Amino acid sequence: MSAAAAALRRELVGLSGIVERNVYLTRRYLLWDIAFMVWTIANTLTIVFIARAAGLAPARENRLATALLVGAVIWAFLGIIFEFMTETVAWERWEGTIEYTFMAPLSRSMHLGGMGAYAVLYGLIRATILLFVVAAFIGIHMPDANYLAALALLAIASISFIGIGMMTSVLPLISPEKGAQLGFVAQGMMLVVSGVYYPVGVMPGWMQAVATVSPATYAIRGCRASIIDGDPLVWRNVWPLLLIAAVSIPLGLAIFHRGERYAKKHGKLKRSG
Amino acid sequence: MSTLVSSTTENTHVRRDVPAVEVSDLTKEFRRKDKHSRFGKRRMPALDHVTFTIRRGECVAILGQNGSGKSTLVRLLSTLLINDGGDARIFGHDAFRETRAIRKLVNRVSVEASFFKKMSAAENLSYAARFYGMGPSQTRTAVPEILEKVGFPPERRREPMENLSRGMQQKVALARALLTSPVLLLLDEPTTGLDPRSKLEVQEFVKAVRAQHDATILLCTHDMNEAEALADRVGLLDRGELLFLEPVEDVKRRYGVDTLEEAFFAATGRTFEDEHHEDDEYREVYG
Repeated sequence: MSAAAAALRRELVGLSGIVERNVYLTRRYLLWDIAFMVWTIANTLTIVFIARAAGLAPARENRLATALLVGAVIWAFLGIIFEFMTETVAWERWEGTIEYTFMAPLSRSMHLGGMGAYAVLYGLIRATILLFVVAAFIGIHMPDANYLAALALLAIASISFIGIGMMTSVLPLISPEKGAQLGFVAQGMMLVVSGVYYPVGVMPGWMQAVATVSPATYAIRGCRASIIDGDPLVWRNVWPLLLIAAVSIPLGLAIFHRGERYAKKHGKLKRSG
Repeated sequence: MSTLVSSTTENTHVRRDVPAVEVSDLTKEFRRKDKHSRFGKRRMPALDHVTFTIRRGECVAILGQNGSGKSTLVRLLSTLLINDGGDARIFGHDAFRETRAIRKLVNRVSVEASFFKKMSAAENLSYAARFYGMGPSQTRTAVPEILEKVGFPPERRREPMENLSRGMQQKVALARALLTSPVLLLLDEPTTGLDPRSKLEVQEFVKAVRAQHDATILLCTHDMNEAEALADRVGLLDRGELLFLEPVEDVKRRYGVDTLEEAFFAATGRTFEDEHHEDDEYREVYG
């Protein structure tokens, strides 16, 4: 095996270690996960029932309920990715393993990539359960849904979400006490401009401008069109996501690298809080 | 276990013509909020121009009270801190610029056995080994083997770490460090807080590692008997300054004393158990 192939193999084995660890943790905290799933379903029902209260004709009511459901599902999916990425540092600091992970010969891109990969897998499973349980409960019909196109778009969007998540994951390194909370603020800001439960057009002009750089805007728009109208994967949703991914991944890694250096310079890696 | 050691040595560049550790004029300070001032910050030197060398295969113990800079030294050598001055080389690699190379060579056991507490010993070791490039086919045999070597009961391998005693957890920490076959093992108070029996078991295991493997050991401790029993040379770190690093007999001869406790008193004018100075607390929190 050439040196480059051996190095690549080592990196991928390292990435699989991150995924493996998260699988173990999910298994150990399964009851918590079930409780969280129930909470998410209940929360989503409170949103989707708004369609019932709107007093629309059945077909329009079904369309509105589906639109709200897709927004809620993507909100939940994004929430999982951001939570995993933002808590990359916070969890390990809490468990006391952070120094062992940071002194291992694993590149930061594989470390964060492993967290992102697991978050996407875990998030997709939860999003799928959420979509079908709520649809069945409310009685939403999605006869034209193109699930494959929606799934593909969500997978492409996930790359940008991971990139942005990398930027927020550095916050607990810089500020052990407030970093994680700032990550959730960033998540909220991104979703509010992305048209989760309403068209982007109803927001003020400056918010619409911000929405153009949010990957969630394109993911929600595309998934809605695929689930409600059966639209295929369309380039006008794909290229902005690829562009944002191309910028956000290297930028996220660079920001994390700077944050890590800062933490090592100032002795903030170990500090708990 | 010898096969585990050779595997890492083959995959990394361990130069045989250089000392295992070369530390020269190494300085680290932390800036912390001043208790006596509302907005003021204080600069606390954690390591003050420390210089020493460790030969390959040697076991060196660094003694010091809490806050003396021992853990800061270990963290600097394991790429967890960035220095403010001076230089540190591990097998010829710059500890602050060639961090990837260093990380393949070094592992560490600290005073806290740091694990994901809901996960079992086998799970904690298994995922940690992946970071060092060990695939499932390797860990399937290596993890039970290494746990057996440290005297960990096989029937408890699947039990969550939170159910294990401190002594058991520390054995797993040793197993984790040795699983990756480090050529430099940094032991930061590995027996602190252990009951006498566990302490003895860990010390015996460290001796066995030395006897059987090509590992260099830096042991930081405040247990003078442990240092004397395990190390070829003993150093004293006091408030960030390395006062000496010599074989125990040379230390006793230099100060004309019979014990390391007396040598500490002769070198610092304080007893080893003396109350800390307020500045030591600043160093201890982050060091």
